[in-house]
Amino acid sequence: MKGEELTEQETALYDRQIRVWGVDAQRRLSKSHILVSGLRGTAIEFCKNIVLAGVGSVALNDDRPVTEEALSANFLIPSDGETLVGKTVAEVCSESLKDFNPMVRVSVEKGDISSYGADFFGKFDVVVVCCYSLAAKRMVNEKCRKLSKHVAFYTVDCRDSCGEIFVDLQDYAYTKKKFDETTECQLHYPSFEEAISVPWSSLPKRLSKLYFAMRVIERFEDVENRRYGETSSVDLASVLKLRTELCQANSANESQVPDSLLGRLIAGPSEFPPVCAVIGGILGQEVIKAISGKGDPVKNFFFFDAADGKGVIEDISSNA
Amino acid sequence: MAAAATDHQLSAIKGKKVLMVGAGGIGCELLKTLALSGFQDIHIIDMDTIEVSNLNRQFLFRQIHVGQSKAKVARDAVLRFRPKISITPYHANVKDPEFNVDFFKQFHVVLNGLDNLDARRHVNRLCLAADVPLVESGTTGFLGQVTVHVKAKTECYECQPKPAPKTYPVCTITSTPSKFVHCIVWAKDLLFSKLFGDKNQENDLNVRSGDANSSSERSEDVFVRKPDEDIDQYGRRVYDHVFGYNIEMALSNEETWRNRNRPRPIYIRDVPSAALTRQNGNVENTKTADDPLSVSAMVSVGLKNPQEVWSLVENSRIFLEALKLFFSKREQEVGNLSFDKDDQLAVEFVTAAANIRASSFGIPLHSLFEAKGIAGNIVHAVATTNAIIAGLIVIEAIKVLRNDTSNYRMTYCLEHPSRKMLLMPVEPFEPNKNCYVCSETPLLLEINTHRSKLRDIVEKIVKARLGMSLPLVMHGAALLYEVGDDLDEAMVANYSANLDKVLSELPSSVTGGTVLTVEDLQQELSCNINIKHREEFDEEKEPDGMILSGWTQALTTENNKNSPAGGTETLPVGKKRKISESSNASSTSFEEKKEEVAIEYSDIVASNQYIVRKGDNAAWTIVSCHLSRTFLMKI
Ligand SMILES: [Zn+2]
Repeated sequence: MKGEELTEQETALYDRQIRVWGVDAQRRLSKSHILVSGLRGTAIEFCKNIVLAGVGSVALNDDRPVTEEALSANFLIPSDGETLVGKTVAEVCSESLKDFNPMVRVSVEKGDISSYGADFFGKFDVVVVCCYSLAAKRMVNEKCRKLSKHVAFYTVDCRDSCGEIFVDLQDYAYTKKKFDETTECQLHYPSFEEAISVPWSSLPKRLSKLYFAMRVIERFEDVENRRYGETSSVDLASVLKLRTELCQANSANESQVPDSLLGRLIAGPSEFPPVCAVIGGILGQEVIKAISGKGDPVKNFFFFDAADGKGVIEDISSNA
Repeated sequence: MAAAATDHQLSAIKGKKVLMVGAGGIGCELLKTLALSGFQDIHIIDMDTIEVSNLNRQFLFRQIHVGQSKAKVARDAVLRFRPKISITPYHANVKDPEFNVDFFKQFHVVLNGLDNLDARRHVNRLCLAADVPLVESGTTGFLGQVTVHVKAKTECYECQPKPAPKTYPVCTITSTPSKFVHCIVWAKDLLFSKLFGDKNQENDLNVRSGDANSSSERSEDVFVRKPDEDIDQYGRRVYDHVFGYNIEMALSNEETWRNRNRPRPIYIRDVPSAALTRQNGNVENTKTADDPLSVSAMVSVGLKNPQEVWSLVENSRIFLEALKLFFSKREQEVGNLSFDKDDQLAVEFVTAAANIRASSFGIPLHSLFEAKGIAGNIVHAVATTNAIIAGLIVIEAIKVLRNDTSNYRMTYCLEHPSRKMLLMPVEPFEPNKNCYVCSETPLLLEINTHRSKLRDIVEKIVKARLGMSLPLVMHGAALLYEVGDDLDEAMVANYSANLDKVLSELPSSVTGGTVLTVEDLQQELSCNINIKHREEFDEEKEPDGMILSGWTQALTTENNKNSPAGGTETLPVGKKRKISESSNASSTSFEEKKEEVAIEYSDIVASNQYIVRKGDNAAWTIVSCHLSRTFLMKI
C-alpha cells in the first residue's frame, strides 16, 4: 500500500464504491478540492454526488437569496421557512451537504467569482460553473487556464428537458482499462472559447442539434443582456432571427437548429428534475474520473435530451 | 406556442398514484426525483433497515438512522423539502400477502428499484395480473438500465429467461477448485454450514472429500466437538481434517490429478506459529457483549487492514481464532447459523478457510475485502449511476402516465461510450409469445417419473425456477399440492405425504404425457407443464435430474457460421430490436451471445445483476447483458 491508508471508518462507508474504482482512486478523491458556482438543480445533484463520493472539500458559490424559484429543483433546502430568512442559497445548501457526509469539508465563497483573480481558482482542483452566461464562462475558463496548476473546468447547463456539459481538462493524461488491458492515454482539450469558435460548417453533419441550439440561446441572452434562463416563448421570433444570422455567418444550414427545439429551450426558467439528476450524475462521474485519472473522460461536450433519451458525447475542437 | 415540455409533464403527473418498490440505492434517488418532479402520492415498500455501507449513496440516510426502516426514514427525509406531498411507507416484504393484486390495482405505475431477481419476478407478475405498467431498473458500478413493461405492449420482465445464479459442478468445489471463487463457495456453503449451520442439512463436504461414501460416517464425527474437548484442540482437529487429511485422501485418486496440479495437504504442524497467537489476542473483545456481529478474530489476532492479503500463517490464525470465538462467544447460534456478509466473524472465517484452501491448490490468495465481495455477492454501487437511472425511470414513468406508447424506451447507461453515446435508448421488445408468465404457452419438463418425487418438482422447478412462493400443483382436477393458512390438518398431512411420493405413484399418477398445472394464487399466475419421461440424466451437467424448457427466446436466432470468437449469434435487425435513432443514422446491429458465455463473465456477479463488465476480445464491447442476452457491439 502506498500513501496513507484509508481509515476503518472510510473503508466501511465507501465499501461499495471502492469495489468500483479502487482504494487508490478513493484516496485521490479525499484529497481533492472542488468549487461549484451557480446552485441550480443540476449543480445540486452534482454536489450531492461528489460529497457522497468523498471528495476532500467542496466550496459553494451562489449569493441568491432563498426564494421559491431557487427551491424548484433543490432538495438541499428544507422547507422550514423562518430559519432561511436572510440566508443565501449557498449557505443553506452547505448546511445540508455537510450533513450528507461529515468527512467532507463544505464551505461558502461569496461574491461574483468571475471577477476574481486567477489565484482564487488555483485553490481548487476542479471548477464547475452552472447556468453561467457566455461571458462569465469564458472569463472563468481563461483564468483557470492561466494557472500553472491544471485545474479541471466544467460548465453545465440545463434548459427545459435538455442538458449540456462542457469539459476542459487542458492537457490530460490518464490510464484506460478496457478488456483487462491498461493503456496510457493523452488528450488535448480546447478552451471554451476555442471550442465555440470552431466554424459550424466544419463540424460533422450529424452533430447533436442541441450544441447549436445552446449556442444560439447563449448568444441571445448575451446580446440582449438577459440573465441566464430569462427567456420565454415571446422571444422566439428574435431567437429565430439570431439563429438565421449565426447560421449564415457559419455557412451552416438552418435545419441544424430546428425551431421546435429552440422553442422548447427558451420556454421558461423551470428545470426538469429528472434531467438535472441525469446531467448531475454524468458530471459527477466525469469529475470522479478526472480526479482519479481512471477511465475515458468526456471530450469535450455531453448532451442529453429527455425527448429522445440519448446521452451523446461530441468532440468539438479545431483538430477533431 | 411552444410551451415548456415540463408543463405537459406536470399535467400528466397530477392526481397519479405511484408505487415504488425498494428504498435503497436507486430508491433514495428515485423518491427524491419523483418528489421534485411534482409527484404527489407515492407509496414505497422496503423490508430493509439501514446499514453503514448504504450511507455512501443512499443519501437520505444518516449514521443515526442505522438500524431503522429505509422506507420510513426515506419518507421523512423527503418530506423535509417537500412537506405537502403524500408518501406512504411500508416496512415490509413486497412478497407479503397484503400486497396482492388489488393492492397493485390502485396504482397508475409501479417503479422498481430492487436488488434481487426474486422480488423483481414477483412484482412483474403482480403488475401483469393487475394490469399496471412497470418501470424496471438495475445498476452495477457505472452500468445501469431502465426498461418499461406494459402488458401486451412490450415484453414482460420475464419474457427472456434470466441467467441463473452461477452454480459450479459439485466436484469442482469439493475436489478440484481452480479459482478463488471455488474456494469461497467451499468455505461458505460447505465448511461454514457444516460447522455452524444446521447439522441436518444435506452437505457435500463429508461424502465427497474423503474416499466417497465409505468415509461419510467418519467425517461426520470429525466435525462434531467431542464432549469436554478443548476448543483449541477441536479447532486444530478440524483444520487438519479439512486442509490435511481430506486433501491427502483426494490425492490418492491418481486419475483426478493426471491433468491437474496436485494440491498440497496442509496440517497445523506445518504452520507452527499459527497456533501460538492468542497471547496477542484474548484482548477482551469489549464491544462483543451487546452485538454478536461485532465479535472479530481480526481484532483478537491484531490484524487491522481488510485490504491486505494475509499470509498462510495469518489465515491459519484467523481460522482457529474465528472458530474458537464462534464456540465461545456465540455458542447459542452454533447449529443455526447461515452465512451473512454483514457478520464480521463469519466473513473472517470464510476468508481464512478459502485462503488456506487456495494455498493448498496453488490459487492466489485474496484480502478479506475481496473475499467478502465474492462471498456476499456484493453489488458494486456508486451514487452517480443510481442518480442517472432514477432520472431515467422518472422520464419513462411520465411517458407511461401520458400513455405515450410510441416513445417508451429501454435505456442503457454505459461505462464506455458506444457510437458516442453514454446513455443509449432502445425501443422496447414485443412480448415473447412463448413466455410462460405473460402468455399461455406450456413449459416442457423432462424428468424421470419413476425416480423423481413431487418434492423435486415443487422445490427445484416451481419454487426455484418459476419463482412461485405460494404454489399449488394440479393434475387435471386433482390437487397434488398446495400451501396456505386455511388448510386443515388432514390436507396438510396428505400434501406432505405426496411430496415424498415418486411421481408415477402419486394418487393421480404423473407420467410421460401428463399435463401439470401450477399456480400461484398471490401472483395470480398459472401455467401448464407438459411432462416428458426421461430415464437418464448427466450427473454433472444436469445435477437436478430434470430439464425445464419451452421458455425460449422470442426470436429464433440465425446461426452465423462466420461469427467471431466466442460463438456469437447474429440476430436479424428487425422491427423488434433496433436502436432508436434518427432516420439518417447508420444502423448498427446488435449481436447476441449465448447465455453460458454471458454467465462466465459474471463470475462474481450476483443473480440480481444482468449486466456484465468485461469483454472477451478487443473487437467487441459489451453494451449490456439484457435479461439473458448479452448485447455486443462492434467497435
Ligand atoms: Zn413475458
